[in-house]
Amino acid sequence: MITPPSPLGDQLERIERARAARRRRYVLQDEWITLSHGSGGKASRNLLDGLLLPGLGGAPLDGFDDAAVLPIGAAPARLAFTTDSYVVSPLFFPGGDIGSLAVHGTINDLATAGARPLALSLGLILEEGLDVVVLRRIVESIRTASAAAGVPIVTGDTKVVNRGKADQVFINTAGVGVVPNGVSLSGALVQPGDRVLLSGPVGDHGIAVLLAREALEIEADIRSDSAPLHRLAAAVLEASPQTRCLKDPTRGGVASGLNEIAQHAGLASAVDEGRIPVRGDVRAACEILGLDPLHIANEGKLIAIVPAAHADAALDAMRSDALGTEAAIIGEVLESPPDMVLVRTEAGGSRVLDMLAGDPLPRIC
Amino acid sequence: MSGTPSLRFVDEYRDPELVRSLVAEIQRRAADAPLKIMEVCGGHTHAIYRHGLEDLLPPSIDLVHGPGCPVCVIPMGRIDDALAIARHPGVIFTTFGDMMRVPSSRGSLLDAKAQGADVRFVYSPLDALKIARHTPDRQVVFFAIGFETTAPSTAATLLRARSEGVRNFSVFCNHVTIVPAIKAILDSPGMQIDGFIGPGHVSTIIGTQPFAFIPAQYRRPIVISGFEPADILQALVMILRQRERGTAEVENQYARVVRPEGNRRALAVIGETMALRPYFEWRGLGFITCSALKLRPEFADFDAEVRFEVPGVRVTDPKACQCGEVLKGTIKPWQCRVFGTACTPDRPIGTCMVSPEGACAAYFNYGRYSLSGRVRREPTGPTPT
Repeated sequence: MITPPSPLGDQLERIERARAARRRRYVLQDEWITLSHGSGGKASRNLLDGLLLPGLGGAPLDGFDDAAVLPIGAAPARLAFTTDSYVVSPLFFPGGDIGSLAVHGTINDLATAGARPLALSLGLILEEGLDVVVLRRIVESIRTASAAAGVPIVTGDTKVVNRGKADQVFINTAGVGVVPNGVSLSGALVQPGDRVLLSGPVGDHGIAVLLAREALEIEADIRSDSAPLHRLAAAVLEASPQTRCLKDPTRGGVASGLNEIAQHAGLASAVDEGRIPVRGDVRAACEILGLDPLHIANEGKLIAIVPAAHADAALDAMRSDALGTEAAIIGEVLESPPDMVLVRTEAGGSRVLDMLAGDPLPRIC
Repeated sequence: MSGTPSLRFVDEYRDPELVRSLVAEIQRRAADAPLKIMEVCGGHTHAIYRHGLEDLLPPSIDLVHGPGCPVCVIPMGRIDDALAIARHPGVIFTTFGDMMRVPSSRGSLLDAKAQGADVRFVYSPLDALKIARHTPDRQVVFFAIGFETTAPSTAATLLRARSEGVRNFSVFCNHVTIVPAIKAILDSPGMQIDGFIGPGHVSTIIGTQPFAFIPAQYRRPIVISGFEPADILQALVMILRQRERGTAEVENQYARVVRPEGNRRALAVIGETMALRPYFEWRGLGFITCSALKLRPEFADFDAEVRFEVPGVRVTDPKACQCGEVLKGTIKPWQCRVFGTACTPDRPIGTCMVSPEGACAAYFNYGRYSLSGRVRREPTGPTPT
C-alpha cells in the first residue's frame, strides 16, 4: 500500500507532537538493560525518567543536575551532595586511571553545583584475584589526586566479589560540598541571549581511553583531560556571579551537555563549529573512526552559561586558570526552537546537534 | 573546528572561502527548473547533513539520498540470521558498531548481547581474527557488511586466516556491490534522477569504468566525489557544467584518491576469496541479480553460513516502514509515515534510522531544523507554514 506523502508542514507538526509527548514523559520501553542505558544519551534519559525517578516515588531528585543541593537547618549556606561510580576499562590510560578519575569526577559534580567540595567517600568493589600491585597503584593515584585537589577521602567501604562477577576494580565515590550563600545554578535559569563558554579542547578523555583499550594502531599522543574543576568553577562564579549554570560534559560529550541544558531551560542554543577547540590529534582520530568530537567524553572541561554582559569577564577568568587557557565563547542561547541545539558549520550551513542514541564507547568512565 | 596541526586533505576541502566560491558558482549555473541529483553513497548523505550543505544550495537543486549506506540495505532476514549465529553456544559474534542496533524481527544484536550472547564490536575484520587467535576454544564469527570498500579487508582477513591455519574463524558474508543497485534505481518506474554524485570510496576499489553505462545507456552524468564539503559542492558544479554543455559522462572529482582503473590488488583479493551470488535481497529494493558476494567454495571452512545453521528466511519489513521508498529516492525521509514519531534513532523501526549514514538518521539528527529558525524548505512541494 502506498500512501501519498504528506506535506512537510503537516509532517513536522506530527513530529513536534510526538517530541512534545516524549518530553512530558520519558518511557522505558525496553525489556532489559543494554549498554545504551549507560551511555549518558537518550537511553539513559529514558531509564532515569521512565523508571528510576518514578520508581523512587517522587524523591526530590532533579534528573538534570549532577548534585543535589540541600538546606542545612537555617544556615544561609547549603549542602551539595553527589555520588558517581567508575567502571572505566582499561584501569590505566594516558593522563589518568580509574583512581584519579573517581576523585575528579565526583569533585566536578560538586563543582558544577557551585559548591566548594569538602570531602569524599570511597567504595571499592574488587574482583577476586586482583593483583595487589594494581590496587596499590590505584590507591596511590587516589591519594595524589585527592591531595592535589585539597579534598580528603574521609570514609569508605570495600567488598570483594567472585572472579568474573566484576572486572578487576569498580569504584564508587560520593562527595559533599558547601554551596555559598547567593550561589544558585540551574539550567532553568538560562535566558535567551546568554553566552555559552567552553573551558578548552574537547574529546581528549574519550579518545585517550579508546586508544588505550582498542588495538587500533593509531599512533597519537592523546592524554585524558581528567582534572578537578572546582577552582576553575569558583573563578568563573567570582567573575560572573550571575552565571546561570555550569556543566561538565562527560559521557555523551558537549552534545549531551548542551542538550540537557536546552531541555532544562526549554530554550535552544547555537554554537559555532569553528570556535569549538579540538586538538589536531583528537580530530584526526575522530575522522578516522567516524566519531564526532562533540559526542566524546571529557573529564576536565567546563561549560558555563553566563549573561552576555559578563561573558568576557567569565572568559578571562577561565583563561587565567591553568585548566582553561584555551577557553572560548562558542555560542549563545536562543529563544527557539525549544530544547534544541544547533551548530553553525564551518562550511556556512547549519545542523542539529543531538544527543547520541547509542553508545559509541561504553565504559569510558 | 579550530585545532592545532592541519589535517591535510580535510582542512583544505573545508576552507570556507573555497566553499563560498563553489556555492556562488552553483547559484550562478543552477537553472530554475528543478534538478534531482542523487548522492549514491551514505558517506555523502552524512557529510551533506553534517556540514549543513543543503542550506547553501539554491531551491531548484534537490539532493536525493541513494542506496549506498551498507547498514541500510541489509534486509531484516539477514539480521535474523546474524542473531541465530550469535546465539549459538560458544560463539563470539563480532560486528561493526553500527550493526548492533539494527532491529531484526526479534530484537537487535544489542538485545542478544544483553541476554547473554557474546557480541563484540570491532573496527576491522582483523580485530575479529585476533580474537579468534586468542580464544582458540571458541568459534569467532565476523559479520561482514559493506560495499566494495570494505570487501577487500574481509578478503585479506580470510587469506590471512587460511595461511595461519586459524580453524575457529568464519565470516558471515553480506558484502554487496553498488553498480547493480544503481542500475535497479535507473530501471525503476517513475525514476526522476537527473544526475549522480558517484561513490568516492567504492571507486577507489573498482575505478571509474564500471559507471560508464550510466551516461552511455541512461544519458545521465555521474561525478565521482570526495567527502568534504568542497568535494561535494565541486561535484555538483561539474554536473551542472555537463548539463550546460549537453553532455553526459563519467567525471572524477576525487582524482587525488580514485584512479580510473581502481585498485587492482584489492580487486584481486576479492576475486580470490569471493564470488557473485546469483541474487541478493536489498532492503526496500527487493531481489537484485548479481548484486552481492559470497565466499568461494574453497573458503567454505570459513563460511559462517556453511558452518552454522541459519534460518535463511525472508522477513518482510514492518508495514509502517518506508525505507525502500527512501532508498530509491521516491520520498524524503520526513515523508515516511513513521519518521520522527514511531521511528527515531533511539527506537528505530527501519535501517535508515540506525546508521549515521542512513538518510533518515542523518536527517533526524542533523537536518530537521535549519538555523534560520525555519524548518527546512521543501524544494518541489508546497512551502512550509
